[in-house]
Amino acid sequence: METVFSIKPLLAVLVTLFAVPVIISSSGRPNVRESWIFVAGIIKFLIVCSMLPDILEGKQISLTLFEIAPGASLAFRVDGLGMLFALVASSLYIITSVYSIGYMRGLDEHGQTRFVSFFAVALSATIGVAFSANLLTLYLFYEILSLATYPLVTHHQDEISKISGRKYLVFILGTSIALVLPAMIYCYHVTGTLEFSPAGIFTGQLPKPAATVLLLMFVFGFAKAGIMPFHSWLPAAMVAPTPVSALLHAVAVVKVGVFSIVRVMTGIFGIRLLSDYNLGIMVMIIASVTILVGSCIALSQDELKRRLAFSTISQLSYIVFGVALLSPQGLLGGVIHIVMHAFGKITLFFCAGAIYVATGKKYISQMGGLGKKMPLTFAAFFIGSLGVIGLPPSGGFYSKWNLIIGTLEAQQTVFMIVLLISSFLNAFYFLPIVYRGFFGKSGEEEVNRPVKIEEANLRMVIPLIITAIISVVLFFYPTVFINLIKVGLGI
Amino acid sequence: MDNYPVLIVVAPLITALLAGLFVWIEERLSYPIVLAGLAVSVFSAINVLIQVLASGSIQYKMGGWPPPIGIEYRIDLLNAMVLCLVSGVAFLNLIASCRSVKQEISDRAGSYYTIYNLFVTGLLGVTATGDLFNLYVLIEITSLTSYAQVAMGDRDRGPLASLNYIFIGVIGASFYLLGVGYLYIQTGSLNMADVAAIIKDAPASSTVLTAFILCILGIWIKMALFPMHVWLPNAYSYSPVVFSRVVAPLMTKVMVYVMIRLMITVFGYDYVFKTLHLADAVVWLATIAVLAGGIMALAQKNLKKMLAYIIVCEIGYMVGGAWLGNRLGMTGAILHILNDALMTFALFLGVGNIIYKIRNVDLTDLKGLFGKMPWTMGGFVLAALSIIGVPPTCGFFSKWYLLLGALEKGAYHFAAALIISSLICAVLFFKVFEICFFEPALHGLENPHSHGAIEEAPVSMLIISGLVSLSLIAAGFYSGTIVNRIIIPFLG
Repeated sequence: METVFSIKPLLAVLVTLFAVPVIISSSGRPNVRESWIFVAGIIKFLIVCSMLPDILEGKQISLTLFEIAPGASLAFRVDGLGMLFALVASSLYIITSVYSIGYMRGLDEHGQTRFVSFFAVALSATIGVAFSANLLTLYLFYEILSLATYPLVTHHQDEISKISGRKYLVFILGTSIALVLPAMIYCYHVTGTLEFSPAGIFTGQLPKPAATVLLLMFVFGFAKAGIMPFHSWLPAAMVAPTPVSALLHAVAVVKVGVFSIVRVMTGIFGIRLLSDYNLGIMVMIIASVTILVGSCIALSQDELKRRLAFSTISQLSYIVFGVALLSPQGLLGGVIHIVMHAFGKITLFFCAGAIYVATGKKYISQMGGLGKKMPLTFAAFFIGSLGVIGLPPSGGFYSKWNLIIGTLEAQQTVFMIVLLISSFLNAFYFLPIVYRGFFGKSGEEEVNRPVKIEEANLRMVIPLIITAIISVVLFFYPTVFINLIKVGLGI
Repeated sequence: MDNYPVLIVVAPLITALLAGLFVWIEERLSYPIVLAGLAVSVFSAINVLIQVLASGSIQYKMGGWPPPIGIEYRIDLLNAMVLCLVSGVAFLNLIASCRSVKQEISDRAGSYYTIYNLFVTGLLGVTATGDLFNLYVLIEITSLTSYAQVAMGDRDRGPLASLNYIFIGVIGASFYLLGVGYLYIQTGSLNMADVAAIIKDAPASSTVLTAFILCILGIWIKMALFPMHVWLPNAYSYSPVVFSRVVAPLMTKVMVYVMIRLMITVFGYDYVFKTLHLADAVVWLATIAVLAGGIMALAQKNLKKMLAYIIVCEIGYMVGGAWLGNRLGMTGAILHILNDALMTFALFLGVGNIIYKIRNVDLTDLKGLFGKMPWTMGGFVLAALSIIGVPPTCGFFSKWYLLLGALEKGAYHFAAALIISSLICAVLFFKVFEICFFEPALHGLENPHSHGAIEEAPVSMLIISGLVSLSLIAAGFYSGTIVNRIIIPFLG
């Protein structure tokens, strides 16, 4: 495999970080401040895109910054998987920034400069995770991301956000220090390297029991992936302003968790070792439990954002599930779900935020009849739901389809049933919202005291329309992402 | 120039005495004089480090007397690094001190600067010297000056804390001196290299054993290894902040250096780890120290005291790492001397800025601090993350080596203690951050979110604390270089 040396990965990581001082210095002038965000976001996206052709040709782009210890350096390597994730995160960052201006100004939130600054740091860390060449670098950016998101989650600075923030830290920072760090150091102790490689880093030094424990430590330790029982930070984190929930808790942060698990399974253990030790099944069981339980809990939630959160928990496990199938089709389905779910779920969160800003409603039971007043938002919500359920014409269909084929390929028919049941559950908890919106009756309150409700401001509506459209487009043109996965995983 | 090694120590000594004289002549001049002395010291230390990196250890014979009769300064990679660290921290702290001293001890500023430079002289001498008895003398200079500075702090509790410190400090020093006496009985020499050569060839004797245990015990008392730490928290938290800023990062770290010097250079690896069977027990002790330090820190209601207990915990890291008996552990311990000094310094600089503004650092006083002092808190957060061990701050990388060393030795209890202490530190600091972030400022307006105007510390203090906090990240990135260029060549 050809390796190209380039400083681009570093630039892609740093550009939003360097925007922070500029953002802070123009904190008194919101318009100037926001334009810097766009400049940084667009440059970032362009840098990421400029690496795309090389990656699609099967090359890798690498850059070593600091040698910390032999085999454990601070280094970037861009491959298909990282590229896929970086594309999703950096493109959605631009869209979310538009949305976030609408949301934060619509609600006249305090501390907007702090908010956008930490958002930019979080994005840098996300891209850093995507481009990491080894586990040490990945861990570094993973931790930066955890910490950068804390002030975003607790943005309101009230009692509830304090408690949620505490939960967030205990789960995210606690697991990464208590589980991932020792596991990582053990790997280094045994092998003397942490470099991701398709064949894995272990060459027979790892007996099965040790491998099992290590794998569990990683799967649970990357708690950003929301694998049960380390999931409850995610619903708690919904106290954050909606742009945070949308970009970070449907795309960046949670996908970083999943991405890390995928990296560890494919790059540290290696598919070969996992299938030799038959460890895929174990992870699949864990993921299946999360898929089903997450969906069931989602059914019972009345607060829209919490329902979305539990749906996210369950959907994230699809990705882990797909990779744990250890079959080409399963891997493809799992990884492509990173993309499909991102666009679907971010649309749903955008809608939830738009509804909240326009009407102040958070609970599904209050949303009867809103669809007639906010047709665009609810139409987008419908498309987003299709994406998450996995129905055509949305990109989500593609990933579910591959996952199901993957179960057949791996001869795990039982697990196919899990996927089918979950899809039904998804439909059950999403479609009624749309139905109620368009055909339901307005609550009594509105009948007695009619308030004029209309679509939220354009800065919020346009982003959600764009993401909805993209998730339909992905149904027809998923090729780029499929090629990236094929290049990245060599399948 | 060949005299750099001695200049490091002599420059602050002479300027200290000069500054003392100037208290009677023109007190305002004391400050620039001591500052100049330390500047010379920093410059010489850096030069020495460069020389040592280029051409190996330097021997400097005091007054031209050959060892073992004369006092010898022997500077290798390890103490060259520590010398740079000590002089650098002392120098930077002095720059930041100008305003705090005016505020805290304005009536005795000139005398304070004199004592301060004497204290630094002691630390530098301890680091530079190659003579066991000279080491004792310099430790006592350091200790005596720190007793005095502690007593200058809190008017009520400062003197008592100092008295406590004196009692225990004197015991520690006596142990060490007694140990040196035994060594002298056995070898008839006080020069470290000379003693080492004689012990190596002589059969193991109980005199050497006694000497070793007494010396190490004395040093442990001086470095506040649990359970010999009781003097430290009060002494560090009731002293004036200008002094706690320098004593917290340096004093204990220099003592760790002395311990490592005794273990490696004087008694030798073979004697410590093969002849004696103490290592396992000491690692256990260190494990307990790490945990106990963390737990006691949890119980504190005053920020300064909490940080003092964190030092107790960090001492456990270094002692444990050094006694693991493998290169990785020792690498971690030595790297942690540097890193821990930097991060403790950064933390205390933050505390210094806060005290300058709000006088008191009980945790409840810290409400709304992120809004009030965003830059100070930014630096403080970075340092706290380093203590927790979050990459890319340097605290992570020394922990990395310590953990690897623990795994190699099979000392899983020590590894577990390191991880647990990271978690405890995370709880500790986020407890503080929660107060600073969520609670509305005390004198603020009714609206909790309008955090009032920014009231930052003076720019001179901000620049220093900012620089030191950023250096944590730089030290993290370059820890590979530090290990490869300094620590591994030193360990041979």
